[in-house]
Amino acid sequence: MSDIKTNGPVLAADGTPLKRSLARALRVEKTRALMLIAPLLIFVLISFIIPIVSMLFRSVDNRIVEDTMPYTVAALKTWDASSGALPDEPVYAALARDMKAAAEKKEHTRIGGRLNYEESGFSSLFRKTGRAAKKFDLDSGEPFKAKLIDIHKDWGKIETWKIMQTHSVDYTNGYFLNAVDMKRTPDGAQMQDDDKRVLLKLFGRTMWMSLVITGMCILLGYPVAWILANLPARQANLLMILVLLPFWTSLLVRTSAWKVMLQQQGVINDVLVWLGFIADDSRLIIINNATGTIIAMTHILLPFMILPMYSVMQTIQPSYLRAAKSLGATNWTAFWRVYFPQSIPGIGAGSILVFILAIGYYITPEIVGGNKGVFISNRIAYHISTSLNWGLAAALGSILLAAVLILYWAYDKIVGIDNVKLG
Amino acid sequence: MANTQNEDAFVAFERVQKSYDGETLVVKDLNLTLPKGEFLTMLGPSGSGKTTCLMMLAGFETATHGEIKIDGVSINNIPPHKRGIGMVFQNYALFPHMTIAENLSFPLEVRKIGKSDREAKVKRALDMVEMGSFGGRRPAQLSGGQQQRVALARALVFEPELVLMDEPLGALDKQLREKMQFEITHLAHELGITTVYVTHDQTEALTMSDRVAVFDDGRIQQIAPPDELYESPQNSFVAQFIGENNTLSGTVKQISNGKCVVQLDNGEEIDAKPVNVSKVGERTTVSIRPERVEFDKTRLHADAHTLKAEVLEFIYMGDIFRTRLRVAGNDEFIIKSRNAPDQVRLQPGQQIEIGWLAEDCRALEA
Amino acid sequence: MKFTKTLMATTALTMVAGVAGAADMADEMTIVSWGGAYTASQMNAYHKPYMEKTGVNIISDDSSAEAVAKLRAMNEANNITWDVVDVVASDAMRLCDEGLALEIDPDTMLADAPDGTKASEDFGDLLVSECFIPQIVYSTTFGYRTDMVGDKAPTTVCDIFDLATYPGKRSLQKRPIDNMEWALYCDGVAKDDIYDVLGTDAGVDRALAKLDTIKDQVVWWTAGAETPQLLADGEVVMGSTFNGRLFSAIAEQNQPIGMLWDMQSFDLDGWIIPAGLSPERQARALDYVYFATDTQRLADQAKYISYGPARKSSAPLVGKHADLGIDMAPHMPTDPANAANVHLYDYSWWADNRDDLDAKFQAWLAK
Repeated sequence: MSDIKTNGPVLAADGTPLKRSLARALRVEKTRALMLIAPLLIFVLISFIIPIVSMLFRSVDNRIVEDTMPYTVAALKTWDASSGALPDEPVYAALARDMKAAAEKKEHTRIGGRLNYEESGFSSLFRKTGRAAKKFDLDSGEPFKAKLIDIHKDWGKIETWKIMQTHSVDYTNGYFLNAVDMKRTPDGAQMQDDDKRVLLKLFGRTMWMSLVITGMCILLGYPVAWILANLPARQANLLMILVLLPFWTSLLVRTSAWKVMLQQQGVINDVLVWLGFIADDSRLIIINNATGTIIAMTHILLPFMILPMYSVMQTIQPSYLRAAKSLGATNWTAFWRVYFPQSIPGIGAGSILVFILAIGYYITPEIVGGNKGVFISNRIAYHISTSLNWGLAAALGSILLAAVLILYWAYDKIVGIDNVKLG
Repeated sequence: MANTQNEDAFVAFERVQKSYDGETLVVKDLNLTLPKGEFLTMLGPSGSGKTTCLMMLAGFETATHGEIKIDGVSINNIPPHKRGIGMVFQNYALFPHMTIAENLSFPLEVRKIGKSDREAKVKRALDMVEMGSFGGRRPAQLSGGQQQRVALARALVFEPELVLMDEPLGALDKQLREKMQFEITHLAHELGITTVYVTHDQTEALTMSDRVAVFDDGRIQQIAPPDELYESPQNSFVAQFIGENNTLSGTVKQISNGKCVVQLDNGEEIDAKPVNVSKVGERTTVSIRPERVEFDKTRLHADAHTLKAEVLEFIYMGDIFRTRLRVAGNDEFIIKSRNAPDQVRLQPGQQIEIGWLAEDCRALEA
Repeated sequence: MKFTKTLMATTALTMVAGVAGAADMADEMTIVSWGGAYTASQMNAYHKPYMEKTGVNIISDDSSAEAVAKLRAMNEANNITWDVVDVVASDAMRLCDEGLALEIDPDTMLADAPDGTKASEDFGDLLVSECFIPQIVYSTTFGYRTDMVGDKAPTTVCDIFDLATYPGKRSLQKRPIDNMEWALYCDGVAKDDIYDVLGTDAGVDRALAKLDTIKDQVVWWTAGAETPQLLADGEVVMGSTFNGRLFSAIAEQNQPIGMLWDMQSFDLDGWIIPAGLSPERQARALDYVYFATDTQRLADQAKYISYGPARKSSAPLVGKHADLGIDMAPHMPTDPANAANVHLYDYSWWADNRDDLDAKFQAWLAK
């Protein structure tokens, strides 16, 4: 850089401003670099970013109500739910009109299914009404109020209309409220009925058990990683194969193998009985409960803990321990004050990896978890594949994602993310 | 100091052997004593056993046979952390997760020294190596030379009587290395600590030590003060290993009064000092330092033998001139001359005669 | 704006891929079913004869367990890769509600019985949804270890709740359906009143309270193969599963297992055709279904697996097991001897109450 002071911009040799020259020179390079990463970028966008954005979107999207029943939603805006009176004829006329249109497009059952998530009975209410609505003569001028109540008595209940009104917004917090055992009601957010509260408990359990699994992985993985890092290369490679072996069998096979191992008539119990440690009639119950989930998942996730720990430990030179001992530290002090702090980045990386994988697991808890060992992801899977309540599944997934991000952020604040090393 | 008696030995190796695999010995029957306050360097090529000796002394390796004593007490069964030996490692081994002050405080903490005492000692040690203002930094924020000083301060902060250094200057550039060489010797002598220093750099060994032990093949080849080692190598290995050296082979022709004449294989004769030869007719390798070779006949003894030589190459090295000659069929014969105003610059192709003082040319075993 | 464009581009891409794929599959169709012995029976009874007759190549996909979710996803991506899908009746209703399955007119799209009876009459009540083409009647019922119940084999479904006489673990499906009904029935509710009682909060509490009495001893299963395995391992003394699974454990593997038909819960399994197929694929799917659900084919399937054909006209044609040579009729859930006391699962009631009861059931499980 020259020290010459100029009033205008610095110029290149040919008189164009230097900045522009530089930008032009860099543009080609940038374009080439962009072209090189484009396939990955597009892949990530399509396979990762778009699904996540669409999931976030789905967790609040409630346009189906207004799209299917535009007249009813508009007419209901003027109805005062607290009045204690049923809506007037125009609302029923609007409903009849929407129903007829929806039934002709075969969309009435869909919205029935949507509202049935909020209150039992809507499914059949809409199916039944839709069937009748196909024959409605909208121009007849006859009162639809009586007709609809005649078709299904629920149309004569204020509760039904309240729910319709509450859930007629285009974007709803209803799914998120459901996800934390609350519900959207005409009187605002309220706690879910006592006997339906389960999701918060599952969130808590998922977090807690994932923590336990992470802790178990640290306890079991640390010595293994230490041995790996300190063995001569040949033995280390052999041990490494043993560590990686679980990766090469299918998850389902491994989990089923644990079933054979852990069940009451299984291998572990048989051996313990044979050795005389436990009586035949008091075999241990170590499957279909939290214990089973923790054992099987610790085994499955252990390599994810060992690998980052190992690669960090490999970089810790043995001379640090020697230095500590030469300075007067006992073996334990040398380990605890010198070796261990340097291995923390590996533990951190392994823990983040294992924890994040653990809270998203559902196959293993499903198979060995019984009723006390299932995770929130099992509910997500249920709502995706069985109940088709994708909005709730998306809300649960979003909360899980947020939890992971918050934990990641907290970890960054406490330990520092640059302290995480995968190798 | 070369004649130190066993009685006042501070550190003693007695018939120490070491084998890793049970088949070969990396240290063979080592006997070595150091008096208190001595700066001893173990010098040798890699694999010569010098580092193993250091590690045995530090306690990180156990001797397969023999005893190592400090102050007359065998330390064979004392674990490293109880030996109270300061150590400086090749890569410094400063704990990266601690600040400089914490690094220095570490040996004091494990010795359960009170906080105020600790702080005073740390400060004093840092000031000693002129790193007083760096206490709050981390090792990674320091330059190599600074890390070296801290490592030194850490090895000294708990006031050990014996300090071991394992090639501590290996990673530094030349200038810094020379500066540190001076500082380390200076400190060691000032504090009166006994130092065992391991290096493969002979210049370092010569400039720093009270005595140098030259290791090869698991044995000490020679142990002597630097000047003696350089000027009176006792065998071909030491002669070759320490400093630059020209060698010629021949047969002893006559020998008398601490002088001998050696007939080279091409028939020419030279003067030499018999070191490892005793009778006429023995084969010998003579060794002569490049800077002791004279090509100005007027500066040689009148009856000195001379050799014909042809100049092959002249290299200007600043402070000295280095000239490569062909002498008695040897193309790698080097002479060095000081760059002085009256010094002659030899030209390639020039025919000259060279000679030396008989005592500068040592007739060693063949 | 940009995002919408990207989305549209992606959709367009997948559509192009879908069209290209469809063109490739001119002589192929993908039929989705449950896998295992069940798919094998369909292969023998339907797929092989159909392939021989038409030359169309049928590809089997064992994804029925996730069929509803996958069909919805395919529909959203506008790329339906399945031609015919085997689902249980409740899933067919759900798919129909969602507009993901084709509506079927049985009388024009399905074969008449050999005697000329219209399909709608031949299938009768089993046509529980406009989109559903019934195939088999199966039941969820109990099996028990004959060597673990002493000399008093269980005779009623309520023995499940009798821990004193039959100590040990029992396996139940991890869902409220059937379990709630059995619990109420064994708590003294008359069969006809079960759904009325279950429709009230008190009824739900009552059912769960009954289940509470055995909760500690229950192993909950999600896949049909689990109970036969648990019985074989001696992990449970009795457990519910599909009757065909128990048949193969007993008749084909000779396990010491007995059948308990009391209060077996009837359910239906059948075909749906995804909505939104191209006209030629839809025509072929309909052709397949017409062929595969005629009287003779449905009867043929019973040679390979102990599920009852959904047509009344098929029942007399049920013969012997293809390999074992035993009479299959007595192993059918519909056999009069087995069907003395059956539980009729109310599809529409569950369609309304499934979401609510499932939440309650899960909350109870987690307690």
